[in-house]
Amino acid sequence: MTAAVSVPLPVLRERGQREVFCGLTGIVWLHRKLQDAFFLVVGSRTCAHLLQSAAGVMIFAEPRFATAILQDRDLAGMADCHDELDRVVTELLARRPDITALFLVGSCPSEVIKLDLRRAAERLSARTMPAVRVLSYSGSGIETTFTQGEDACLAALVPELPAAPADAPPSLLVVGTLADVVEDQFARVFAQLGVGPVHFLPPRRARDLPAVGPGTRVLLAQPFVGDTLRALERRGATPIAAPFPLGAEGSRDWFAAAAAAIAVPATTVDAVLAPLVVRAHRARAPYRARLAGRRLFLFPDSQLEVPLARMLHRELGMSIVEVGTPYLDRGTVAADLALLPETVLSEGQDVERQLDRCRAERPDLTVCGLGLANPLEAEGLTTKWSIELVFTPIQGFDQAGDLAELFARPLARRERLTV
Amino acid sequence: MQLTLWTYEGPPHVGAMRVATSMRDVHYVLHAPQGDTYADLLFTMIERHDRRPPVTYTTFQARDLGGDTAGLVRAAVRDAYERFRPAALLVGESCTAELLQDQPGALAQGMGIPVPVIPLELPSYSKKENWGAAETFYQLVRTLCAPLAPAPGSARLPRATGTAPKANLLGPTALGFRGRDDVHEVTRLLASLGVEVHVVAPLGASPDDLRRLPDADFNVCLHPEVARSACDWLRRTFGQPTVQTVPIGVGATRDFLAEVARVAGLDASVVADAERREGSRLPWYSRSVDSTYLTGKRVFVFGDGTHAAAAARVAVEEMGFALVGLGTYSREMAREVREAGARHGVEAFVSDDYLDVERRIAAAAPELVLGTQMERHIAKRLGIPCAVISAPIHVQDAPARHSPQMGWEGANVLFDTWVHPLMMGLEEHLLQMFRDDFEFHDGAAPSHLGGPARRATVEAPAPPEFDAHAVVAEVSIDEEDAPADDAPAPAQPPRWSTEAEGELRKVPFFVRGKARRNTETYAADRGIVLISLDTLYEAKAHHGR
Repeated sequence: MTAAVSVPLPVLRERGQREVFCGLTGIVWLHRKLQDAFFLVVGSRTCAHLLQSAAGVMIFAEPRFATAILQDRDLAGMADCHDELDRVVTELLARRPDITALFLVGSCPSEVIKLDLRRAAERLSARTMPAVRVLSYSGSGIETTFTQGEDACLAALVPELPAAPADAPPSLLVVGTLADVVEDQFARVFAQLGVGPVHFLPPRRARDLPAVGPGTRVLLAQPFVGDTLRALERRGATPIAAPFPLGAEGSRDWFAAAAAAIAVPATTVDAVLAPLVVRAHRARAPYRARLAGRRLFLFPDSQLEVPLARMLHRELGMSIVEVGTPYLDRGTVAADLALLPETVLSEGQDVERQLDRCRAERPDLTVCGLGLANPLEAEGLTTKWSIELVFTPIQGFDQAGDLAELFARPLARRERLTV
Repeated sequence: MQLTLWTYEGPPHVGAMRVATSMRDVHYVLHAPQGDTYADLLFTMIERHDRRPPVTYTTFQARDLGGDTAGLVRAAVRDAYERFRPAALLVGESCTAELLQDQPGALAQGMGIPVPVIPLELPSYSKKENWGAAETFYQLVRTLCAPLAPAPGSARLPRATGTAPKANLLGPTALGFRGRDDVHEVTRLLASLGVEVHVVAPLGASPDDLRRLPDADFNVCLHPEVARSACDWLRRTFGQPTVQTVPIGVGATRDFLAEVARVAGLDASVVADAERREGSRLPWYSRSVDSTYLTGKRVFVFGDGTHAAAAARVAVEEMGFALVGLGTYSREMAREVREAGARHGVEAFVSDDYLDVERRIAAAAPELVLGTQMERHIAKRLGIPCAVISAPIHVQDAPARHSPQMGWEGANVLFDTWVHPLMMGLEEHLLQMFRDDFEFHDGAAPSHLGGPARRATVEAPAPPEFDAHAVVAEVSIDEEDAPADDAPAPAQPPRWSTEAEGELRKVPFFVRGKARRNTETYAADRGIVLISLDTLYEAKAHHGR
């Protein structure tokens, strides 16, 4: 294992074709997490098609998302877009009386025609409150990439958070969608540490918004919520610097940072976390043998690439050929970035050139999106779909083994097959 | 604005991608923002393509909008040509770029690219995927073949004596329904008449292959949604007749062979000879006594125009089912589907509203749904067996095995796949006789399909965890709320006596809604306010099955 570099890694900035989803894709998990929220994309048939393709055709018979498809008459000014939107929202709320929050989600076409969804949300909210809060954010591809859509959504929620009293005792706010099982585990660990109260953003129900104020300490659970963090800081909250809770080391440092921010004694922290670290080591051990020394190439996808590369290098002994990230938010991933070995760090994408580099390097494992995985497998490279890392519980001590297994499985599979 | 949960068709540029991806030596430059590359995974994941679609996206961002997005187009066109060296270049835009009005097609045409550059104008806010595929294919054929056109009015030379008739197979594309296997079957069908396949397009064709299209004696239009406009142009320009029958089912295969024989100038007797030599097992399987239980099964059909119209005919004429609903999302095929509905006694509908289709299926209370992936989910939710007959497809609709829909073997496949989801004859009888058996009740799945029992009316709440395979694989999570029960009740519905209500529960679940409604209508018509056991059976006798 090479020591972490002390000087910042140079960044290869690329501009070209990007093989990544747009921010609308976040709706696929956000609409399950926020169980009383509905996401209405104001966009084109392409947006609707993207959502159903990314979600797998028809996972849910009637999902809590839909698309208001702009048509010729909307663009030609024959119909007033705001009147049309009012009509569609009325129709939708009549169908779903269980909804308490409605997100109007901007798309590429709605941004280009400058349809003001913020104003629309205010207008509609005035009519539907208190039963339904109407909010807006943009998930457009011209402004957001894949997981950035969640950032935009959460940032839109921040102004809605109630204000905590100025003299409220310190509380912890964990930001970024986690699988419910992980969230429950984390809540238990925080309780053992004596850290509390702890709230999660997004909450499971949009009506249960946590309060925020000067006593709020913010701990990011996902690396793609930088705008949300900055919005919370503007409301007086203080960020906690930590690597992301991926792997045993990442999870330990993450919890320890939270404990330190709330002034939990170091002895308590060790007593609570040490057994969890041991268990995580035990869970991931079988995979280390398979992964150590193998060469890894990460295409940009979910913003998880930098923390993942840190974990795969330091905890599983992989050697990192290239870490691609859609955009580099240095503030958010600073702790993970500092622990990266010497490698190629690329931001943005020119997919053809990146594929050229990947082919030239012939890594043992390539982490990439669904559009690239099968073609690269057909070229003889072993791949891991990156989207699975967003749709699977991977954070925390008790998922450290599962996370390692996700990377070991493609290699194990290749060894099994004789055809 | 149109409120949409799910779409049957993507935007028109996805249709263009289907054509480009089907072909060889063609590249498509698409002026589009980040995110539109999602469409690549339709091909690489659903159809497991081992190559990326031949598409270059300009990937413009918000910060480019005030600047030179046209410059991005030029750079993308130049880079794509240099890297991929295609024999023809398609240039177009997706919905967002259409609003920028950069006119990428015209820009590319002015760049001196030394191969045909074909601009695509596919209006995203009014047209859809199949239209985009048809328009793209038509523009390709026209651009590449127009220089070869004979002078207007000149007669087509007769086929040289002693040479086999040659046909082009037009229409099969990537992400169609079993296109690969249908090409194989139709090639075999034509060979059985001594007809050679000249060019298959778009699937597997190169631009040079398209230039050879006019050399064939006639065209076979396998998917009118995609190939009709190209076939019409080839007929007008080169005098090539079009064989229009789509050979799905035994009857349609016979008609197809007869039409081919006529168009190719062959003796009609070759058709019967071909069927004697090859033929389908469907006619005998359908006549065998085991199939008696299929008689009059209520079937609802929905799909693209070609597959829906064909399925209606097969269902009625070859399986002995009763058609209780027929619809399509292909507006351009409305006439054909309405005619098919009229032939089989139902009023066909055209809709791309998934919720509308669901309402219609629930109201028709079918025993079998033949539909797309969307209807498979509707049917699952309503507890009705279903077989998929049409795009839009999912990963399991691109099977490893040979599984055509067309020709003799296609008819065999239809028989198997439509019968498979149903209870087998005796099983269904026993179920009706011993309704209260705790292991073998009407919520149980057919025994050969395995899986846990489930009832349409008891929906498990969706587990909150994310599913890793949601992206491409089937997952069986249903929304927590069940659909509203059938049609809205009349203002003063007759009440049900306890005995009659109990007896109604003994009616098989898939027709219970229908029985309830029929009985209530019967009672209401006669001013009966309390439905007794007698009313139930009077109504049953009145309506029959």
